Amino acid sequence: MISSKTTNKIMKGVFWISASLIIIILFLILGYVFSEGITALDYSFITEMPKDNWREGGIYPAIIGTLILVAVALLFAVPLGVLTGVYLVEFRREDKLTQCIRVSVDSLNAVPSIVFGLFGLSLFFYYLRDLTGGPTILSGGLTLGFMILPTIIRTSEVALRSVPLSEKLGSYALGATKLQTISRIIIPSSIPGIITGVILGFGRAAGETAPIIFMVVLNPVLPGFPYLFSQCNALTTQIYYLTSEAVSIERAFGMAFVLISIILISNYFARLINKYMARNIKR
Amino acid sequence: MNNQKKEEIVKHTLFIFSTTASLLLILIIVFLFNEAGRLFTEISILDFLLGTEWNPGKGLYGAFPFMFFSLIVTAGALLIAIPLGVSCAIFLAEIAPSWARDITRPVIELLAGIPSIIYGLFGLVIIVRFVKITLELATGETLLVGSIILAIMILPIIISISQDSIESVPGSFKKGSLAMGATEWQTLRKIIIPAALPGIFAGVILGVGRAIGETMAVVLVLGNSENLPHLVKQLLGEQAAGNVIQIINQIPEIMLKPGEALTSAILLEMGPAEVGGIHYSALFAMGVLLFIITFILSVSSNIILSKSQINLK
Repeated sequence: MISSKTTNKIMKGVFWISASLIIIILFLILGYVFSEGITALDYSFITEMPKDNWREGGIYPAIIGTLILVAVALLFAVPLGVLTGVYLVEFRREDKLTQCIRVSVDSLNAVPSIVFGLFGLSLFFYYLRDLTGGPTILSGGLTLGFMILPTIIRTSEVALRSVPLSEKLGSYALGATKLQTISRIIIPSSIPGIITGVILGFGRAAGETAPIIFMVVLNPVLPGFPYLFSQCNALTTQIYYLTSEAVSIERAFGMAFVLISIILISNYFARLINKYMARNIKR
Repeated sequence: MNNQKKEEIVKHTLFIFSTTASLLLILIIVFLFNEAGRLFTEISILDFLLGTEWNPGKGLYGAFPFMFFSLIVTAGALLIAIPLGVSCAIFLAEIAPSWARDITRPVIELLAGIPSIIYGLFGLVIIVRFVKITLELATGETLLVGSIILAIMILPIIISISQDSIESVPGSFKKGSLAMGATEWQTLRKIIIPAALPGIFAGVILGVGRAIGETMAVVLVLGNSENLPHLVKQLLGEQAAGNVIQIINQIPEIMLKPGEALTSAILLEMGPAEVGGIHYSALFAMGVLLFIITFILSVSSNIILSKSQINLK
């Protein structure tokens, strides 16, 4: 019979090992992608057009395509998400309706990305083809926007709720109306939190493949002004194409390197802003 | 215009905006069901759910093989992710000194932030090769690799929700137990984990939803063969309850074979499928299936979470 003290020590060891295992897994994945990806990477890889069916040259159109798609997604989701947050926090007590909105947000968040892809395909490709032009930046960007809307709503809600009551009451005490308090006090002081949500949404949208896979094209195109109705490429779908068709795993890793770098850098900024915000609230 | 009126107008406008999420959900349901409906004018729902033959060329649309593979891969992922995730959550909530927590937390956030296509790429190049060489298989693209990749992908959600629920167990429970002379492990096992169990369960349910809906990683590592293992087909044909046990006995062997998940089938076949045709509609029917499964999982996990919070108070 092992004494209870020994069991205690063993189990503590198990917990330490499982946490270290997870850290090792992350470093394995990142380390491998970085070490493989860096060999493909140089200045021209990022700035030039691809040649020979993406085997040679750069990946510039995929980077630009991803950035524009994500911009459209954010333009749709951020205003809607923030306004929803303001309504839930400032205008409504907890009741059946807010519960209904919350359940919708949670369910929307749980919808698999490929189902968003199907929805976008049916809505933008066939029913609204005359409006969207089929596989265009507008269709892809909006589908991505639908996907990240729950993230933006939730983070905005948290940010708006964290505004100290004393600030609101101070504003009312000075004779400000509710609308003035919202626009001059509540929204400005929750902006860092909202920005954190936007950055998280940015990272999520940039990394999605399945929702836009029916909306982007594989041959290199540079979207022309005014962007919305032109076709585009995306980093994620190109990685899938290069890997699944076994065109070039090496270049797929190059693109993965670029994609992860974009996401890591944006996450780092989100964290910085979060820290800044935490310090400000304490004051 | 006076202030009150302005406020009313703003309030109503904001209300309209805030219904977007609900509206979107309804639209998704309407469009998916609308496209999927055409399939069931041709074949019955039972043929779709239980049919073991998928051959659009011959007009056979049995989605059972895909459901079977999705289920097996998810179950395998849970087998790996639950022990690892829960013990990591316990570590973060109860054991870790603050420096270790400061390292582990960002690691988990980063894991959650890695795009699924990159998990797929890593799985295909590293884990598929590794499994092929160490187990001496003809192909490394197997359900086992799918389970491993999915396990890594659902770890963050299981850890973060379990950790929250472990941390929300009142400190008095723990202090009481330690004061009675119990060791930390005894306290965890007998007091904290039982109290946190509903929350852990909710996290696992959300993880299941993620795993079933995951597309890009799965499509790259599973090998995409929709043929049901011969034995499963044979046993299903005989229709006897006892056969379920035989199938379960075969699972270790099945894990080393390729498969194709619901999500991969949609992704791979949407290109060739003719728009508005039966094949196209059948793929939407699979989308409906995925939607229903993830919807139920998400709602039930929310119910469990909110109930457990009330209980702990």
